[in-house]
This record gives sequence, structure tokens and C-alpha cells, in this order.
Amino acid sequence: MIEVLAPLPVLLPLLGAAGALLVSGHPAFQRALSTTVLTAVLAVSVVLLFVADAEGATSVSVGGWAVPLGIVLVVDRLSALMLVVASTVALGVLVFAVGQGAADGSEETPLSIFHPTFLVLVAGVGNAFLAGDLFNLYVGFEILLMASYVLLTLGGTAARIRGGITYIVVSLTSSLVFLAAIGLVYAATGTVNMAQLAVRLGELPEGTQVLLQSMLLIAFGIKAAVFPLSAWLPDSYPTAPAPVTAVFAGLLTKVGVYAIIRTQTLLFPGGALDDLLMWAALATMLVGILGAVAQRDLRRMLSFTLVSHIGYMVFGIALGTAAGLAGAVFYVAHHIAIQTTLFLVAGLVERQGGTTSVDRLGGLARRSPLLAVLFFVPAMNLAGIPPLSGFIGKVGLLQAGVAEGSAVAFTLVAGGVVTSLLTLLAVARVWTRAFWRSPNQSPAEDTAAAAAADATLRRRPEHDGAASDGEAADGGSRTALQDAWRRHTAVATAAEPDLPPAAGAVRALRPLPATMVGATTALVALTVALTGLAGPLYGLADRAATDLVDRTPYTTSVFGTEEVP
Amino acid sequence: MTPTVVLPVMIGGLYAAGVYLLLDRSLTRVLLGFVLLGNATNLLLLSTGGPAGLAPILGYSDPEQFNDPLPQALILTAIVITFGVSAFVLAIIHRSWRLARNEAVGTDEEDRRVAARKATDADELDPDDLAPEDRAAMHADSRAGVLEELADDVDLPAGSGTR
Repeated sequence: MIEVLAPLPVLLPLLGAAGALLVSGHPAFQRALSTTVLTAVLAVSVVLLFVADAEGATSVSVGGWAVPLGIVLVVDRLSALMLVVASTVALGVLVFAVGQGAADGSEETPLSIFHPTFLVLVAGVGNAFLAGDLFNLYVGFEILLMASYVLLTLGGTAARIRGGITYIVVSLTSSLVFLAAIGLVYAATGTVNMAQLAVRLGELPEGTQVLLQSMLLIAFGIKAAVFPLSAWLPDSYPTAPAPVTAVFAGLLTKVGVYAIIRTQTLLFPGGALDDLLMWAALATMLVGILGAVAQRDLRRMLSFTLVSHIGYMVFGIALGTAAGLAGAVFYVAHHIAIQTTLFLVAGLVERQGGTTSVDRLGGLARRSPLLAVLFFVPAMNLAGIPPLSGFIGKVGLLQAGVAEGSAVAFTLVAGGVVTSLLTLLAVARVWTRAFWRSPNQSPAEDTAAAAAADATLRRRPEHDGAASDGEAADGGSRTALQDAWRRHTAVATAAEPDLPPAAGAVRALRPLPATMVGATTALVALTVALTGLAGPLYGLADRAATDLVDRTPYTTSVFGTEEVP
Repeated sequence: MTPTVVLPVMIGGLYAAGVYLLLDRSLTRVLLGFVLLGNATNLLLLSTGGPAGLAPILGYSDPEQFNDPLPQALILTAIVITFGVSAFVLAIIHRSWRLARNEAVGTDEEDRRVAARKATDADELDPDDLAPEDRAAMHADSRAGVLEELADDVDLPAGSGTR
């Protein structure tokens, strides 16, 4: 059965994308098609997870070519778990996007393009998770990157082109490093099959191993946004449409993390670069979260927390123990769900408040209590407040760090706690400003319109006050005050500073479409459910990590025997 | 067969030129740099196949003298990907030119704004601790009286244009 099921997470979305292109003239049909396809992918992934957990790792040779020659798809506990989480959030984001498209029309996000591209993206992610050889992993990366280029520059507005160019150039560089690394690996070992590499790479001289390992880690580190290779992310993510940013934040960096896990466990288990990864993890956590604290825009803040929390996963990987890897795997699953949800909530905030600038938002909790709950629960989860899943994941990682016991590990444990506290600070600031304060407290200090309003106020009394200090001056400053107030309220509620006040007010008061709220609520419920299911999930992560450290389940599944040719 | 020195020299030269162009702000040069880097990587892949041999077709040439076909298959895939990405980047450059008459890599304005900000946020200060003349112009406490007065003839805070 698994021979039939394993290729489906790649095949179904690709065929679905072709179908969605064919029916691009019929939006309703297209929506139904892509939703059905993603639901099917989710169902297949769940079955694969149960099979992989019950029977251990299995592999499928695509096209019937003998093992070291053909393309191999490997389903083990880690890849099946990643598939399930990825297809779940992809389905949630798709429903959200459908709701947004139905409410907005197709000016900013042309949905006829969105659906096929999104399905191709899911196919690329699935291919990367299932790939059993390095070159197929590269192809998976390229499929998802190609789709992500299109999604990120959807609509082609100036801001998206600017952010998209940064993203494209950085991704191209990382792909080229990856491709060159594959070439060198092939030259050194004569194979690109990962199970075969697991044996042959170990026979190479140590210097060659470190060179190949560091090239692969640089390529994946750029994709996973590990400091110092993370600067591109907060620059390019926030400009895209909300569903696109959400799926990027949830999935794309985690594909990089998944590739790092494979490199560090299967290909180079010696732990030669573990100390370097430790320090990179610490720097990622701290630099990322300090960046998040400095931000005033909700989406940019979330992008920085995304970078910061990648540090936790790299920490778990760098520990190299089964406990550390289990923590990292659990954290990846938790973080995919939580970060996607928060970016979707940011999309809802933008609709409700007309902006994502925390300075210009206010009073959201009173205007939309449901939205406030939808933000509050995942935000606390991200910060790691007990008993939510973020807390469980962090405790698991910190325990693994303490158990490892080296000085570096303890430094990282301390860094992890500080990062968690600073995350709480960052989300609490958004909460108090955007949700808790009353709307007319929002100062909007840095907007041009508010500055103009204040300048008018300060200038007027000087001129009129010099002429006389009676009725005229009072009347003058009073008109000025009215003007300034009007502009000020306009700024506080308007979507763009240059919109006329009336349009801003109308836009801000639009009700939230039920589909968008429903999709977000479902994902919030999922993140809460991750807390309830944390026991079984952590057990699964534990078993996956044991397989990873052991390595034989993977190679045995590919070659059928313990002996590797 | 002795290894050739031509390929490594060419690969190195292409990488150097490609990185130099990639670091430019002009997008056309970035694209050209990417194309050079792609070609350099393809040459690198080609050279991993070992010394040159005969076409790897059974019955056409002697299997002992075959060239390794796998790197060539990898290169074909890589060429297709590079081609697709180059076309997309060209479209982006065109779009950028149409939008802004400019095809340079832009600056992240929000980033600059955050970097240029003063150490203290205005809304982290407690306005009540400040002297009245230092308070923000629209501070609710200092203007409360005035606003109540205004409330008779202006719709506050909606202020949708009725005067």
C-alpha cells in the first residue's frame, strides 16, 4: 500500500495545479479543486504517519529502477510527521485565502494564479520531505522556491517587488551553494543517494567531510534563516499577502530545518560542527528576538520572532542527542502551526484595524473580542506560557541541554530562557498597544500626517497669539485643534497614510469574513490541541529522534538489508 | 589520462566574475552574475564526472570508455531550473522598471526607520510625569477640557467631515 501512497503528497498537488490552471476561468471550481486536493494530501499524510509509526521507515523506488540508481522516496517517522503538519497548515491557509479572495475580489491577490502556485508549493514541500537522495532534495527545494517567488511577488506592487528581489537573490545564492555541494559530494563519493552517502561520507578524510558538511549547512542555513544568514527574512516576508506570509513563515524555513536535521544526523553524524551550530543557535535566538522587540509593525515583529525561534530548533539539533532531537522535532511541529496561525491573525488585524503598525492600532480588544482571543492564545503559546505546547517544547529542549551538561549547552539554556522572556515582552507590547488601549490613545508619532497635525498646532498660537490674546487667538487655535484632531483620528484608523479619512474609516469598519475567521479559529484550535496531544506527539518525536540517531532504520529501509553496498 | 587545468581555471574565473556582478545594485548585473554562477556550477558538476569519455550509449561505444552519465543528467536539470529562474528574474526586472523607472535593489524603509529611532519610545513615557508643555500635542489629559468644549460643534472622534 505504501508504494501507492508515498508518491501521492507530491503527485496530487502537481496534478491539482495542472487542473487548477485548466479551470482558471471558473473560480468556484478552482477553489473546490484545490481544497479537495489538499484535503486528500492531508488524508494520505495521516495514513503515511500511522503506517510509518507502526512499521518503521519504508522506501519506494520511483519508476522501478534499482535502488542506488533510481529516485527513492523515504517515509520515516520524521518525514511523515512533517508531511502531516505541513499539509494541515497548508489546508488552513488555503481556506483563509479563499475567504480573503471572496471578500476582496482579486485586485491584490489574483486567485487564478494563486491556487495553482500554492499547490506547486505544497508539492515542492512534500518532495523535499520525502526525498531519499540529495539531488531530489534539491529539486524539491527548487519547486517550492519557484512557487514562492511567484507567490511573494503576487500582484507585482512596488513593495512586493522590492521585498521579492531580496528573497529571490538570496534563495538563488543558497541554491547554487547547494548544487555545488551536491557536485562535490558526488565527486567524492560517487553517489547522491542519502542512504549510501550515510556510509560512504564517513570513509572520507576528515577535512573533506567538514568542507562538504559546511557547504550543505550554509545552503540549508540560508533557507532556515539561521543567524548570520537570516537578514533576508524580515526584509522580504512582511510585504506579501497575509496567507502567503503565513505559509512561508510556517513551512519554508522549516524545510530548511528539516534538511539540517537530515544532514546532521544521517549524513554527518560525527558532530564535527556541533559547537559552531550551538553558537549559531544562540546568536539566532538573541539577535532575532532583540530585533523583534525593536519593531513597531506586527508582521515585522512576527518575522523576527520566527528567526529567533529557529534558534531553538538548531539548538536541539546541535545537541546531537536523542533527547535534543526529539525536542527539536516537537518544536518544529509546534512552531509550524503557531507561526502560521499568528501571521493569519496579523492578516485579520490588518483587515480589522486597517494597518499592522502597532503605533496606529488600538482598541481591537473592544472592537473584536474574538480577534483578541485569536491573537492572545497563540501569542502566549509562542512565548511559552504553561501549559501550552510552546512551553512543553521549550522545557524538552532545555532539559536536553541540561542533560548534555557542557558549558556551551548551559549558556544556550540560559539564552533560551532569556529569548522566551523577551518573546513574551514583544507579544505583550503588541497586546497592550494594539488590543488593550483605547483607540484614541494611539500616538502615531512617526507618521507624516500626525507630524503635520502637530506642526499646525504648534505654529498657530505663535502667529495668532502675537497679534492678540483675546477671542481671535482662541478661535484660531480652536480651528487648528479641530483640524489636527480630525487628521489625527484619520491617521489612527486609516489603512494607508495617504488615504482620505472617510475611506480609511469605511475600510477599518468592514466586518471580518466568516471563512477567514473560521480558518484562523481552526488553526488556533489546532495549536491548543497540540497541547492536549502533547503526550502522544512527544512520544512520536522521541521515536523519530531515536531512529535519527540510530540511522540504521533509514538505510535498512532503502536497501532492505543491514548491509549497504 | 591527465586531469585538465582548463576547467578549474574557468570555473574559478566564472565564480569570481559572478560574485562580483551579484554584489552590484543594478538588477541586470545581478541577473548576469547569477547566470555566470549557474554556468560555473554546471561546469563544476561536469568536472565531477571524471575525465572525458565516449557517449554513454549501449551498443554504440565500449562500456569501458563510457563517460559518467549522471552528472550530465544533473546538469540538464540544473540548466532547466536556471533558465526558468532567469526568465522570472527578467520579468521582475521589467516590472521594477515599469513601476519605478529604476532597476536597482531597493532599500528597506521600515528597517531604516527602526534603526534611526531614538532610544526612548514616546509612548513608553508617562505623559503625566512630563511638564504640560512637553506633552504630546494630542495628549488626552492635557486636552481633555478643550475637547469637551469642542464636542458641541464637532463630531468627535469620528470626525467624518461635518463642520
